[in-house]
Amino acid sequence: MENAKKAARKRKIRKFIESFKTNKMGMIGAIILGIFIFLAIFGPIIYPYDPMQFGTAKDVMAPPGPGRILGSDDMGRDVLGGLISGTRISLAVGILATIISMVVGTIIGVASGYYGGRTDAILMRFTDMFLVIPWLPLMLVLAAILGSSIWNIILVIGLTSWAGTARVVRAQALSIKERQFVERAKSIGADDRHIMVKHILPNVFPLVFANTILVSAVAILSETTLSFLGMGDPTHPSWGMMLHFAFESGAASVGAFWFLLPPGLCVVAVVLAFTFLGYAFDEILNPKLERR
Amino acid sequence: MNKNHILKKIIQSVITIILVLILNYFLFRIMPGNPLQMIMRNPKATPEAIAKTKALFGLDKPWYVQFGIYIKHLLQGDLGTSFLYKKPVGAVIASRVIPTVLLVGVGEIIAVIIGTLIGIVAAWKRGQKIDVTLLSFSLITYSMPTFWLGIVFVAFFSVHLKLFPTTGMVTPGLTYTSTLAKISDIARHMFLPVLTLSLVMIGEYALIMRNSLLDVFTEDYITTAYAKGFPEKYVVRKHAVPNALLPMVTIVAINLGLVIAGAIQVETIFSWPGLGRLMYDALKNRDYPLLQGIFLIVTICVIIANLCADMLYSYLDPRVKN
Repeated sequence: MENAKKAARKRKIRKFIESFKTNKMGMIGAIILGIFIFLAIFGPIIYPYDPMQFGTAKDVMAPPGPGRILGSDDMGRDVLGGLISGTRISLAVGILATIISMVVGTIIGVASGYYGGRTDAILMRFTDMFLVIPWLPLMLVLAAILGSSIWNIILVIGLTSWAGTARVVRAQALSIKERQFVERAKSIGADDRHIMVKHILPNVFPLVFANTILVSAVAILSETTLSFLGMGDPTHPSWGMMLHFAFESGAASVGAFWFLLPPGLCVVAVVLAFTFLGYAFDEILNPKLERR
Repeated sequence: MNKNHILKKIIQSVITIILVLILNYFLFRIMPGNPLQMIMRNPKATPEAIAKTKALFGLDKPWYVQFGIYIKHLLQGDLGTSFLYKKPVGAVIASRVIPTVLLVGVGEIIAVIIGTLIGIVAAWKRGQKIDVTLLSFSLITYSMPTFWLGIVFVAFFSVHLKLFPTTGMVTPGLTYTSTLAKISDIARHMFLPVLTLSLVMIGEYALIMRNSLLDVFTEDYITTAYAKGFPEKYVVRKHAVPNALLPMVTIVAINLGLVIAGAIQVETIFSWPGLGRLMYDALKNRDYPLLQGIFLIVTICVIIANLCADMLYSYLDPRVKN
């Protein structure tokens, strides 16, 4: 029995990988993301860079030239170096915030869908509040109050972007708890916690996974925007922070495109990669789309 | 339209507003200590402001009394005094509403119209070259940080090509010879902010319209229409599009969060004298009463807009009964 289940799961995963390989959008997304993850992990080793190492006056916003492929920033630092070390920070913040958001969203969604009744009503009102409050003002207010450390930024993004996930997970949990195997588990005396962890959770997992990808994109965009608006952690310069300094130092009015364009293009590439992946998964996993 | 449905929605919105008030209260009072501590932290706060805040919030009383005082002040329209402007928060906010409404209104209208058209064409020509192009365009604009697009536009169109002014809503120090001259000056200042704001929204609307239309295409009544022998163009225009437009009503309301986020960024980049720029200035100067006031007013407006969209939707779509 157990073996048959495992084999079925394996077959499912293999089928998923097969259809993913033929999905052009998904593959492009995976490749772009792979490059950036490689850069985040190994970049600082291959291309050493010290954000505290300021250049001399003649280095300030110097255009690209020999030894400085992408020119230098407002402090005379190498833009390429900043870009590579920023990759690690932007990705780490995005991924950690997404994990928080997924954990909160899944717990609230499963509890809401499984218990139903008053618990559901209260949790969903709470969720609706987070869905309807404009996210950027909320994040800005939270960040302003908590103070701009990198952990606070992660916390702020994670704790404000779970509502969508909670809604989707709840809907799925509602339908799963009506299935026979849950009834069976109940009748042999399984308690609520056991049912939620062993039966509901594995079944909402594919959905949570697909959501993770889309939330990651939003989380990275959020971090960029918060940092740009001056709420970032200056000791951990991300891409958004680079753009903050570019804006504040007037890079636009002196036409320092080498300082303005690269950080933004990196954000676009990563967010686009996540979006492509999300679309590909949706196309493979969503049975409704097959009919179209 | 069901009366119970509307009543339920109104009650839900009121509950959400109350929750937001509580959240707002706790955020600004309990978490960092109290308003006094916040003022102490602000170098721009005057001794009078400190004394006034102390009296205003009854800081020596228990928290529920303080909450009561807070609600009472709110109901009287008193949002406190801005540290930065040394004026009532309500008055400061009121003076910034019109520029934001103008910017967001024009940007939103353009985005909805163009986004919807793109979505229709993409869904209709699904899988063809034009669909792939439009889809890529939508996904790319959707993935762009709004502020970055704005800076790039400023660097290119205003600084490099000198086509548009870089900041503000009007040319400073200019006296207008006619109303028309004033309108054209504002329009020149508005062009880039509106372009930025609508570009980032177009992608979103196009994707949603495309999905909505593709869903409608699988409905039985579309098959029926084809079976009756109507030409494709007619079916798309008369049967599919009107039905696919329905969800757009709610989407525009749900997207308000996105629009507000866009407005904050665009107004910051272009120094547009609206609420978004005001929020940025409040943040920069740690002007907590002003920040709280903007947050509260914007949030309540969004909740009310969502309620209106809900009611409009249930009026337009008779299938929504409960």
